[in-house]
Amino acid sequence: MANNILEIKDLTIHYVTDQETVKAVNGISLQIAEGESLGLVGETGAGKTTTALGIMRLVPDPPGRVIGGEIIYKGEDLMKKSEHEMRSIRGHQISMIFQDPMTALNPVETVGYQIAEVIRLHQNLSKRDAELKAMEMMELVGIEGARAGEYPHQFSGGMKQRIVIAMALACDPSLLLADEPTTALDVTIQEQVLDLIDNLKKQFNTSMLLITHDLGIVAEVCDKVAIMYAGEIVEYGTLEHIYNNTSHPYTQGLFGSIPNFNSKTHRLKPIKGLMPDPANLPDGCVFADRCPHAKDECRSGKLVTKEIEPGHLVRCRLFE
Amino acid sequence: MSKEMSTADAISMKKKSQFGDFVRRFKKNKGGIVGLLIIVMFLICALFPAQLVGEDYYSQDLSNRYCHPNAEHIFGTDELGRDVLTRMVWGARTSLEISLSAVAVSCILGTIVGCIAGFYGGVTDNILMRIMDVLMAIPSTLLGISIVAAFGSSIYVLIFAMGISSIAGFSRICRSSVITIRDQEYIEAARATGASDFRIITKYVLPNALAPIIVQISMSIAASILSISGLSFIGLGVPAPTPEWGSMLSNGRQVIRDHAYIVIFPGVAIMLAVFAFNLLGDGLRDALDPRLKS
Amino acid sequence: MAEDKKTMLQVEELTKFFKTPRGDLHAVDHVNFSIKEGQTLGVVGESGCGKSTLGRTVIHLHEKTSGKIWFDGKDISDVTKPQLKELRRDMQMIFQDPFSSLNPRMSVSQLIAEPLLIYKETKNSNELAQRVGQLMDTVGLAARLSNAYPHELDGGRRQRIGVARALALNPKFIVCDEPVSALDVSIQAQIINLMQDLQEERNLTYMFITHDMSVVRHISNDIMVMYLGCAVEFADSEEMFRQRLHPYTKALLSAVPIPEIGAKKERKVIKGELTSPINPGDECRFAKRCPFASEECFHKTPALEEVVPGHFVACHKVREINDIQA
Repeated sequence: MANNILEIKDLTIHYVTDQETVKAVNGISLQIAEGESLGLVGETGAGKTTTALGIMRLVPDPPGRVIGGEIIYKGEDLMKKSEHEMRSIRGHQISMIFQDPMTALNPVETVGYQIAEVIRLHQNLSKRDAELKAMEMMELVGIEGARAGEYPHQFSGGMKQRIVIAMALACDPSLLLADEPTTALDVTIQEQVLDLIDNLKKQFNTSMLLITHDLGIVAEVCDKVAIMYAGEIVEYGTLEHIYNNTSHPYTQGLFGSIPNFNSKTHRLKPIKGLMPDPANLPDGCVFADRCPHAKDECRSGKLVTKEIEPGHLVRCRLFE
Repeated sequence: MSKEMSTADAISMKKKSQFGDFVRRFKKNKGGIVGLLIIVMFLICALFPAQLVGEDYYSQDLSNRYCHPNAEHIFGTDELGRDVLTRMVWGARTSLEISLSAVAVSCILGTIVGCIAGFYGGVTDNILMRIMDVLMAIPSTLLGISIVAAFGSSIYVLIFAMGISSIAGFSRICRSSVITIRDQEYIEAARATGASDFRIITKYVLPNALAPIIVQISMSIAASILSISGLSFIGLGVPAPTPEWGSMLSNGRQVIRDHAYIVIFPGVAIMLAVFAFNLLGDGLRDALDPRLKS
Repeated sequence: MAEDKKTMLQVEELTKFFKTPRGDLHAVDHVNFSIKEGQTLGVVGESGCGKSTLGRTVIHLHEKTSGKIWFDGKDISDVTKPQLKELRRDMQMIFQDPFSSLNPRMSVSQLIAEPLLIYKETKNSNELAQRVGQLMDTVGLAARLSNAYPHELDGGRRQRIGVARALALNPKFIVCDEPVSALDVSIQAQIINLMQDLQEERNLTYMFITHDMSVVRHISNDIMVMYLGCAVEFADSEEMFRQRLHPYTKALLSAVPIPEIGAKKERKVIKGELTSPINPGDECRFAKRCPFASEECFHKTPALEEVVPGHFVACHKVREINDIQA
């Protein structure tokens, strides 16, 4: 297997306020190999975005606090980097695409200027060259370079997301963190943007962490999948493992909740109940309250992640 | 289906109510608390002046004119030998009475105008707001002076004069928050259930538009205390012998070189009251709408 | 399709224009459809296609520009205010965003009681409390939540409040405007099941507006696809998923990511984006993005016609593209 570009070990991030401690991310571990795409799937509040912010060392502090863990990027632990070193990594080596293209751009600067700014921040280019490179990037994401002098409001949602992608890829990063990049877009536009990300990723051999709640998108663009629930990765494996040998009851529940596109089922099989409050996680398995297979022993003790087949990890008592 | 209890239920119920939230946030604001304490002090003065300093604020004692502050008269006596402290405590009643009533008048009228203008929009909005613009174009003190000059000076005329001049402020603030609420989906949802406009305005729009109005009330009280004092100072305010801070200030002004205390104490009272209501207003704003703070 | 069922809602040439500084925005442009009692019509399309406006115009939340609406056998195209209030008993709506469609200053029980109070359905507070309790039970809200405020609840529970409120007056017809789009998949499935159960129990008729193709197939009997204010394809859901005839529908359905490995065989990425339908000319609205567009498509608006029995399409080229004999 190729070298791992990113390796996260036991990352734990909490949000501490006067009233409570929200345990957003609890000891997750994952690897992304060079050129590989990992889909991080989970529902609202599962800790997906916090994980991405943790990798960028951008968790707002206070109230966020990284309790422990290592984030090893190209053999170096990002947790030990100074803020100054991090700044040269962000946007240059690791860049991020946010969910909402409408708010990710500064409304009072032209898009060309905004892309050029990122380039000049990390590369030793003259203003003129940076602007030329910005136009090149725009062409690359399918927007005429001539529109570089326009302001964000003159672009539609899908176009804005393309610009955000151009900005993220401007410095040729080796790792791309995409946080729900298409959630705010219509399906036909989503298709265009996914297509674009997929092509550019292959062209630049960029690795990607794709955060989403949509198992369909993951099936289209990712190589590996991590299913996240209440701050833990409950199942991890290749597409094949997750889609064809679904093992964790939560993942099974997710698949059961999606209406089947190809054949009409009479009833959906939803997961009962709600995700536990991350400020008050239950003892034992975090999913036990909603799990159809839960037994008494699931509700206490610490769970271990078990490799049920090579590369397929499951965190569930059923497999221990 | 999901009748089973989950831990999340129990937790969501534990969270504090909206009012509790507001109190908690307000308590953190030191300025607001100081303002509130000063206001409470003035309110006690205004509600129980007789119990605090006795009823006699009017009898003259010419043998005791211009007594500087001493054990008997803590704040001294004025040009007619009346106790300054007694008159100030009673003056608090006059000031608060007039300013609270005036603000009540302008708040009620202004909110009604603002709600109607904001909710219905279009021509109604245009007509109402242009009328408000006309009101705003007249300086409020000038408006007060002309009303008092025309109708003679009495407490009711004062209330009316002050009230009219701050209607425009209330209606504008109310209108702008109503406009943002009007487009919320829950207003459409209420309409879809068949609620009448009156019900929508009173049960849906107003409760959600209240925060800025409450802040404005506090700020307006401060402003009207100032205006009353101002009017009294130029002799158009409360008729003698009713004690009023502004007229006390005006009376003491001729003798300021020799008997500065006569001016200082009511002056400080006016300043403190205005300051306190402004502090309270700021504190309320932060507590009611945490988003505005940054 | 069950032919014996009566028609609950029928809409003819319904049109809604919004006035904008740049001209009339054709949000809904001469749309026709009907829904039978106890059935669900799915209205699908991307943002800005007029599907929400259509739903709101049908229940008179927007004033229509022209067209006819029949509801339960009566012509309700033009109604007076008191008639409208009576009508609202039978026609209710569930909103998309459970975060903004509930008054933040009202508790759960107050929110659910609102329609009962407006229509003076109950004689005293005891009866009211009882009815609210029943409704909360029906939609699966625990009684202890009755004093909670919306901001304390999660999206799924808030949407249950929305459903309870819509059910309070025992309506016959409910417009559901993207009721599950803002929810997580596991919660989404709970709400969909709840809505289906209620439909079976109470013989409700739904107009289900959504952009999610999988959901629409799951819940609908008939499906109507909209593009820039026009209905471009209409068929029952089985037929629609067996064969898509309009090029837009084809692209729309092929763009849906399917949670199966290798499900995507042919990508039909359509170029361009939705434009806004302000003062559209006499042309097919999809022509600019359509790979099959010819001269004709830019000069004449296609009408919805029955191409295959029970399958209506508005496209000049439909026979050519799909190899169907005229």
